[in-house]
Amino acid sequence: MKALLCKQISVKYESKLALEECSFEIDTGNFLGVFGKNGSGKSTLLKSIAGIIKPNSGTFDFYGIKKNEIGYMAQQTPVQKDFPASIYEVVISGTLCKHKRFFFYNKNDKKLADKNLELLGIEQLKHKSFQELSGGQKQRVLLARMLCTEAKLLLLDEPASGLDTAAAEQLLSTLKDINSQGVTIIMVSHDIQNAVNFCDKILHLGKAHFFGSREEYNARTA
Amino acid sequence: MLELLEELFSYSFVVRAIIVGISVSLCASLLGLPLILQRYSMIGDGLSHVAFGTLAIALPLGFSPLKVSIPLVMLAAFLLLRIRESSKIRGDAAIAIISCSSLAVGVIVMSQTVGMNTDICNYMFGSILAIKQEEVYLCVAISAIILALFVFFYNKIFSVIFDINYAKASGTNIEFYNMLLALLTAAIIVIGMRIMGAMLISSLIIFPALTSMRILKKFKSVVICSAILSCICFLLGVVVSFAYNIPAGASIVAANLGAFLIFWLISSIIRR
Ligand SMILES: Nc1ncnc2c1ncn2[C@@H]1O[C@H](COP(=O)(O)OP(=O)(O)OP(=O)(O)O)[C@@H](O)[C@H]1O
Ligand SMILES: [Mg+2]
Repeated sequence: MKALLCKQISVKYESKLALEECSFEIDTGNFLGVFGKNGSGKSTLLKSIAGIIKPNSGTFDFYGIKKNEIGYMAQQTPVQKDFPASIYEVVISGTLCKHKRFFFYNKNDKKLADKNLELLGIEQLKHKSFQELSGGQKQRVLLARMLCTEAKLLLLDEPASGLDTAAAEQLLSTLKDINSQGVTIIMVSHDIQNAVNFCDKILHLGKAHFFGSREEYNARTA
Repeated sequence: MLELLEELFSYSFVVRAIIVGISVSLCASLLGLPLILQRYSMIGDGLSHVAFGTLAIALPLGFSPLKVSIPLVMLAAFLLLRIRESSKIRGDAAIAIISCSSLAVGVIVMSQTVGMNTDICNYMFGSILAIKQEEVYLCVAISAIILALFVFFYNKIFSVIFDINYAKASGTNIEFYNMLLALLTAAIIVIGMRIMGAMLISSLIIFPALTSMRILKKFKSVVICSAILSCICFLLGVVVSFAYNIPAGASIVAANLGAFLIFWLISSIIRR
C-alpha cells in the first residue's frame, strides 16, 4: 500500500536552490534511506515532508497518514540555554500529538514515557534538566520523545549523530523493530555502510538524484 | 504590623484592589514564562504603551476605558504577530513602531482635550484607590478565563515553545498558540494597568518567571513558583505602599526586584 508520494519537490531559500525536482514513492512499512553529500538538501527534504518549510514547487500526497501521525527528529534542535525543562517533561510531551481535544497526560502516556526512557537508557536522568545534559544524552531524550508519538511515519535526520557506537547500534535495531511493526521510516544518514542494510528503498541526492530499491542501488555503486 | 494590616483590610477599596491585584499578578506571571522563553518579552512593554494610547482617547470621550482598551490592545497584539510573521520588518522594530505611534497619538489627543489630569496620571503609574466594584467583576472574570485557558493548554504551550519545529511537524497549529498568548497578554495588560499603571505593568509579566528561572530548572516548578512569587510580591508591595505612602505600582515592582536579587544571590551561591 502506498504511503507517501513525493512529486518534483523543489525548495529555495531566498533565491538559492537547496533541493531540485526530487521525486520518490514509498509504501507503508518501507524504510527509506536518504543519502548525499553535505548540503545536498537532505535536511531540507525532511523539513518539507514534515511541513516545517513549504516547498516552492511540487506536491506531497500522504496516504492514510494524518498530519498528527508524523514523528520528526531534527538534525539539530536549538533549545535556549536557560530553558527550564526536565527530561521527563520533554519526553512525555511526545504523546501530545495523539490528543485531539484534551491536552492532559493519561496513564498510558505516562507508561509510554517511562518505557521509552528505559529503552534509551536515560531513566535515571528523568528529573534532570535538559540543558545540563551532554550532546548525546540530549539526542537520546529527543529520540525518546519521538518514539512517544507512536507515529505512522517517522522522519529522522541523522538520528545516530552524537551517539556512542553501542547506542547507535541499539538505536538502529530499535528502529528496525518499529519498522517491522508497520511504521514507515525515512532516515537521513551519513553512515551509508551501516545504514544501507536496513533500507528497502534508497534516495541519493546529488547532481542527479537516484531513487530505487537497495538492490538497484548496490548494483549501481558496485 | 498587625494593626497596620487590620487598618489596611478595613478599607473596602483595599480589599477590591487586593482581589484584582492577586488575580492579575497570577495570570501575568503565568503568561510571562512563555513570553520570555519565546523572546517575546518586549511585546508586554509595547502593548502597555498601546493600552495607554487607547486610554488617552477613551477617557476624554467618556467611554469606559477597560471596555474600549481591551479590544483595541488585542487588535494591536494581533497585528504585531502578523507583522512578525511576514518578516519584512523585524519583530522588535515592529513593536517599537506600534508602541511609540500609539503613545504619540494618545498624548496628542490628551493634550487637545483633558490635559494631564489625575485620571490619566492614575493610568500611567497605577492607583489602588481608583478601582470600582464593576471593574472588580470584569477583572476577576477575565483572569479566570485566562487561568482556565492556560491550564487547559499548558502541555501544548510547553511543547510549542520548547521545540517549535517538532510541534509543527506533528501537526500543531503554531499560529493559534502564538495568537492565544498574545491576546491573553493584551487582556492582562489592560486590566493590570489600573493598579500597576501603563509604565510598570510589563514588569508584572516579566519578573516572576525570570526570578524563578534563576533557581528552578523544571518547567512545572518554574510555573508554580512564579505564580506564588507574584502573589507574595504583590501583597508585600501593597502593604509597603500603604505604610510609606508610595504609589502601589512602584512598590510592587520594587518587591519583585528584591525577590529577583535574592534568587539571583541564592543561585550564585548554589553554583559555587
Ligand atoms: N536556513 C537556510 N537558509 C539559507 N540556505 C540554507 C538554509 N538551510 C540550508 N540552506 C542551504 O540549502 C542547501 C541544503 O541544505 P541542507 O541542510 O538540506 O543540506 P544537508 O544535505 O542536510 O546537509 P548536511 O549533510 O550537512 O546535513 C545547502 O546548500 C545550504 O547552504
Ligand atoms: Mg542535514
